Order: sequence, then structure tokens, then C-alpha cells
Amino acid sequence: MTNILLIAFAISLIYIGMANRLYTYISAIAFQGIILFGVAFIELIEINTVNLIFVLLETIVFKTVLIPMFLNYVINRNKITREAEPFLTNFVSVVIITGIILGSFLLSNTIHDSHIRKIFFVVALSALFTGLYIIITRRKIITHVMGFLVIENGVFILSLAVGSEMPMLVNIGILLDIFVSVLLLGIFANKIGDVLKEQDVSQLRNLKD
Amino acid sequence: MIGIYLIGSVILAFLLFFVRKKALSAIFVGTFLVLQWGLTIHSYNDMEIVQWVYFMPDAFGMILLFVLSVIAIPAFYHSHVYFTKHPYTPREQGMYYAAMVILIMALSAAYISNHMAITWIFVELTTLSASALIYHRRSLLTLEGTWKYIFVCSISITLVFIGILFLTVAIQQEGFKDLTYRSLLNDAPLLSVFWLKLAFLFIFTGFTAKAGLVPMYTAGIDAKDKAPYPAAALFSSVLMNVGFLGIFRFYEIISRTSILPWANKVLMIAGLLSVFVATVYMLRVKNIKRMMAYSSVEHMGLITLGLAAGGVGYYAALLHVILHSFAKPALFFQFGQIYRTYGSKSVYDVGNYFKYNVAGALVLLLSYFVVTAMPPSGMFISEFLIFRSLFESGNLWLLIIILLLLTIIIWSFGKNVFKMLFIKPVGFDDTHLEKIHPSESISQYALLILVVYLGLNPPAILVDMINTAIINLPH
Repeated sequence: MTNILLIAFAISLIYIGMANRLYTYISAIAFQGIILFGVAFIELIEINTVNLIFVLLETIVFKTVLIPMFLNYVINRNKITREAEPFLTNFVSVVIITGIILGSFLLSNTIHDSHIRKIFFVVALSALFTGLYIIITRRKIITHVMGFLVIENGVFILSLAVGSEMPMLVNIGILLDIFVSVLLLGIFANKIGDVLKEQDVSQLRNLKD
Repeated sequence: MIGIYLIGSVILAFLLFFVRKKALSAIFVGTFLVLQWGLTIHSYNDMEIVQWVYFMPDAFGMILLFVLSVIAIPAFYHSHVYFTKHPYTPREQGMYYAAMVILIMALSAAYISNHMAITWIFVELTTLSASALIYHRRSLLTLEGTWKYIFVCSISITLVFIGILFLTVAIQQEGFKDLTYRSLLNDAPLLSVFWLKLAFLFIFTGFTAKAGLVPMYTAGIDAKDKAPYPAAALFSSVLMNVGFLGIFRFYEIISRTSILPWANKVLMIAGLLSVFVATVYMLRVKNIKRMMAYSSVEHMGLITLGLAAGGVGYYAALLHVILHSFAKPALFFQFGQIYRTYGSKSVYDVGNYFKYNVAGALVLLLSYFVVTAMPPSGMFISEFLIFRSLFESGNLWLLIIILLLLTIIIWSFGKNVFKMLFIKPVGFDDTHLEKIHPSESISQYALLILVVYLGLNPPAILVDMINTAIINLPH
């Protein structure tokens, strides 16, 4: 079951690659939140109940509901145009993201280790590099935040892979999640949105030598 | 004590945020400084004793904590000067002081924590408080600086977390669960080399954002440029130290394993590239604050090279960390006076500084000599020892390249500093010039004298502390 969920997660990465509208990104991120809820439930069922409830609430309430709602709110409030405006075409993005997944797969096959389940490793690495790829190739500032959220999801999967024995790390990962998302999105909604009319990264290129 | 300190600082930060009266906020800042020094002295007396499960001051953390407590005093003094000269609303002042208290608290806790994850949490807290300081002026450019700082630091802190997860994989294979530095040091020889390599790459890359090394140094430069100068002084000294602390602690663990030569290569590449990047930018940068920030990148690069070279380099690297943290704030505090005189950050608008502010100009001249490590600067000793360690470890070519790059840096730094000191600025109207009292430069002189003294005649206690701090590294 975990495998199916994780493969679905990997597919959602490719889906983000070909998405054209910002709302598609948001629904993909919400979908990833649901998957993480499932994986966390299966993996962490043995840890103590309070901790488990905390993790599950974070995935389902925070990742799946609150963040997508907040992203929607930011887009509406700042009147951001709905297109993602990538620097590269979607076809190239899909090819590159597939390449990333394939690359992580090949990389993890070189590991001879019985302790870590490779599928966690593959999916987490793919999410990490896909997130970085999205940050690099999208023009809008808000898509940078979305790329960062994808990275966070990857980190969460990785922490699940080791977390059943050390729940503290999962909790710290969640802390990172909440902390950074609130900080980034909060600044975005309150400050950047008010100051910049066009939400384009080229607006943020004045600080240089 | 650490419990009282953490709770007390948070309460003081809250009070500072809400209080609108100047006298009251001065009292709160004073209380915080007492608390800070209380923690420092108490930690020194209780070294190697675990407090609150996750905190244990060791020699290295203690050195950095002491440096921080020393720098905190002039930093608050110059913040006070800053607010008397630049009118800000009480609310903005409250926000500033609260953020600074939280920043210093997070740094202190990160220095003396003995657990990898706890250090990580407090490093993350420094990002939050530092970004509040960067955004203090609330203009479009500070917004850009803040956004870049938060974004780059968030990605870096995530990379560190991934590194910790890889490390966890390695220790779980051997059936360990403890992430405290002490037990990691003991377990290190047993751990899987593959996972350690991955963990080292991620943790090192992540901490370079704070330490100001290649590849993630960019955010720190913008931060030091846009933050008010007392905050920038903290960023370029004690905040960089926390990044170095993260690298150093993990390097200690790596030094117990067979991949030490590999890790040294990684550090050398990063150090060399940092010095190179600093050289390239120093040649063309005209913004005084950014020039100082790039000089910090250069020094962190040298420190990393000393660490990688080993031998006497370990001692030299730590000494250089200490001296650099005292010297660089002096420059940044002096920048505050330059800005008040000329109202500009550009080298082109500043000139003939000796005519307008003799005490300040002398600080600028002396700190130029100190920062570029000319004798009698203490940094001459530490840099010389770093070069010696590079030579002894058989990296002659690297040493030659570094020396060439440093020569270029000294030249371009000097060109700008002497322009600011002696050459008349174009179109500068000095009729309504505010006279800056020499007493404002006392703290800078004190810091510079400290650098000279600690370098030329290090007290036995400091030498002992440094030697204890590097005792876990191979000899």
C-alpha cells in the first residue's frame, strides 16, 4: 500500500511538471498532502497516540487544507495572473522531471543497504530535485514558494523513512514545515503582494553589485 | 541557568516589543545583557555538565558564547545611537530590539547545545529574527533582501535537515539512537561511509548559508547590506560563527572516520572558491557595506582552509574565528558614522573623512590594517599560521593562489579605504555637517585593541580553551 501511495506521489511530480495554471499546482500540492497522510498513517502506526495524532493532523489539516487555501487566498488577493509562465516549455519540464525520477532511481540502486527502503529514498530525492527545478525555471515568486513546498513534502517522506524509530525527527521536520511555510507565505501575502504590482522575480533583481 | 536564560530572554523580547517608553526599553535591554553575562559566566563554571538534557557548554561553544557576549554590548549601544539619529516610531524600535534579543538568545543556545537537532532548531530561529532585523527599514530593497535571505536560508536549513536524516540512517544501521555530539563522536568509526558522505555534503552546504561560504553565501551579503549597521555587525561576526559551528561540529565527527581526506578536499574547494569569489567582487564593488561583507566571506574561506589543512591550522582557524568576530563589527560600527556624515553607501560619495571625523577616520584606517591582517594585527598571527599549515600539509600551489588572491583583496580594499579617507568627494556639501563626538568611537577602539592583544599575547586561558576545543580532531 505504501508503495502505491509513493508511486502516486511521484506521478504527481510529473503532473506538476506539465501543469499550466497556478490552481493546478495548488491541487497537486493538496493531493500530495493527502498521500502523505496515508503514508504517515501506515508507517507511524506504532508510535504513541498523541504523537501520531499530531503528525496526522499536520498532514491533513496543514498540508492538505490550510496551505492550499492560503495559496488560493494569496493569488486572489494579489491578483496574480493564473498562468505559471515557465521559462521552459511544459514538454521539456516533463522530460526533465522524468529524468530526475529515473536518476534518483538509478542512484538509489547503487546503495546496498537493507535498512532503508529504497522507494522512500527514490521518491524523496525526486521531490527534492523537482522542487529545485521548479524554483529555477518558473518566473513567478509564488511558484518559488510552491517549489519549496514540494521540497518540504520530499523531506517529510524522507523523515518518515527513518522516523518510526525516532519520532522526534518527524516532529522537527513538521516544525520546519509549519515555520517556513508560515514565514514565507506570510511575508508574501502581507508585504510583497502589497508592494509589487507584477509578481515577477525580475522585480527582485535590484540588489547586486 | 539555561532554562532561566531562555525563558527570561523570551519574556524580555515580548516586553521590548510592547513597551513604548525609551527608559523602560533601556532597562529591559540592560536586564538582558546581565542575563547574557550571567549565562556566560555560569556556563563557564559548569563546563561539560549537561543542563536541561540538551545543553552542555564545551570549550568551543564557550569561546563563541564569550565572543557573542562581548559583541552584544557595543551592538546594543550602537543600536541606541542609531535610534537617536534616525527617527523611527517606538513600535519599529520595539520590533528591532525584540528581534535582536531573540537573535542573541538563539545564537547562545545554538552554541552550547549538545544535540544536533537542537542546534538545528536554534539556527532556524536565527533566520526568523535576522529577517525581522533586515526588514527594519521597510523599503522595497529591504523587502527584496529579506525575501532572498529567508528563501535561501530556508532551503539551506532544509538541506541541513536532510543531512541529519542521512546521518540518522547511518546510526540506525548500527543500532544507535542518540544524536548528541558526544555519542556521535564515539559511534563515528562504526558508521557507514556512504551515508556519512551524503550527510556531510548536505550539512556542509546547508550551513554555508550562515557561515558565508560558497555556494550559499549570497543571501548573507544582501542581509548585511540591507540591515541597520549594528545588526549587520552581528550578522558578519556572531551569526557567521554559528554556521561555522555547525560545520565544525560535524567535521569533528567526520575526522574520526576514514573519509577525512575526502572531507578535507571538499572544505578546501569551498574555501578556495570563497576567497576567489570575494576577490572578484572586492575588485568591482562600490557599496561600502557590501565590500565589508565580501571581506567576511574571504575570512571565512581562510578559516575553512585552515580547518582543512589540519595540524596547526586547527588552532589558527579557531583563533581567526575569534579575532575576525571582534574586528569586523568595528568596521560596521564605524560605517554608521560614515553614513551619518555623507548619507551614502557608495565609495564615490565618501571622501576626505579625516577632515570631518578624526577619531572615526583613525578607526577606519586601523581596522583596515587589522582586517587585512597586517602586523601588529592579531589576525596576522592567525593567517600566518593558516598559511603555515597549508604549506606543511603539502598544498603549496593552493597557498600560492591564496596569497595572490589576498594581495588583490588588500589592494582593492585599500584603494577604496584610502579614497574614503583622503580624496575629496565630488559635489559634497559640508556646510550643515553634524559633528560626531569621538566618544562614539570608543567601542571600536576597544574591539581593535582586543584583536591586537589577543593575537600578539593570547592569555593562557584562551590558548587552553582553543586547545581543548580541538582536542577531538586528529593530531
